[in-house]
Amino acid sequence: MTKLKSVEELKKIRDEARKDLMSRVQTGTRIIIGMGTCGIAAGAREVMQAVLKELDNRKIEAHVETVGCVGMCAKEPLVDVEQAGKSRVRYGNITQEKVPRLIEEHLIRGQVIQEWAVSRMEAQKT
Amino acid sequence: MIELSLHLLDMIQNSIEASASKIEIRIDEDLQADLLRIEIKDNGRGLSEEQTARVLDPFYTTRKTRHVGLGLPLLSEACRRCEGALEIRSLPGAGTTIRGTFRHSHVDRAPLGDMTSVLLALLLSEPPLDWLYIHRVDEEEFRLDSSEIQKELMEIPLTHPKVRKWLMGFWAEAENGLSIRALPARVGA
Repeated sequence: MTKLKSVEELKKIRDEARKDLMSRVQTGTRIIIGMGTCGIAAGAREVMQAVLKELDNRKIEAHVETVGCVGMCAKEPLVDVEQAGKSRVRYGNITQEKVPRLIEEHLIRGQVIQEWAVSRMEAQKT
Repeated sequence: MIELSLHLLDMIQNSIEASASKIEIRIDEDLQADLLRIEIKDNGRGLSEEQTARVLDPFYTTRKTRHVGLGLPLLSEACRRCEGALEIRSLPGAGTTIRGTFRHSHVDRAPLGDMTSVLLALLLSEPPLDWLYIHRVDEEEFRLDSSEIQKELMEIPLTHPKVRKWLMGFWAEAENGLSIRALPARVGA
């Protein structure tokens, strides 16, 4: 692809994005994926890709971010789900296959999946 | 790590933890010289001389959460296995540059793998980063600079789902083109 053509495309994307920007600000849900050495070795990358895909498929807005090591290597891949005003729940041993259920139950229905949860923390102030 | 891209994700995370605001990633495939070079340069807090000397020791880590630090030792080992080496240059307050070399055709060299995940790692970092990515195969180069993209996007963040999707597609296409070029010439073809 020529540089010029890609710049044109970017501008098109920009104009499309502008139309729906207002609905995308501050949804208040954060999904945090552990991406330390241990997380990556345990498959965190595939989990990250699965999370983004699932959110896209269901047209859900959530803020996805990666963090480094949190010292729970044995339970990697770790995924934290934090919803505005609620506590932050950390899920352990999450695989690509578990991602759809995680999004469905926790994000959509607001129910913590007890058997996968490893801890619960106070939500960070953002 | 079964793909070199996974090592890159790991190094990006190191840079983020060192409070870097800009990361430069260069991948250089010189087929004539049979050399693959990977370089990650950040402007984070850097390492002291003593830390740089110890950073390849798996039982040394700057973090407080556990007592081992395997990221760099794993990468170093991957280089050494392929007749290459890992070089670390760092100064406190002046960032860190990590450069790994591999013999391109070495039987033990892991493939680059899914390079679009490198883009994802850059996009999902918190707080947002400036980044520059350059992947060369001989004379052909794919170069992407986050600040140039941001200029075109104006106020729209790079992490916007629509932008992310477009970037992923664009990146994947470029990487595909390069990986075809980097294939060893078929004998007798």
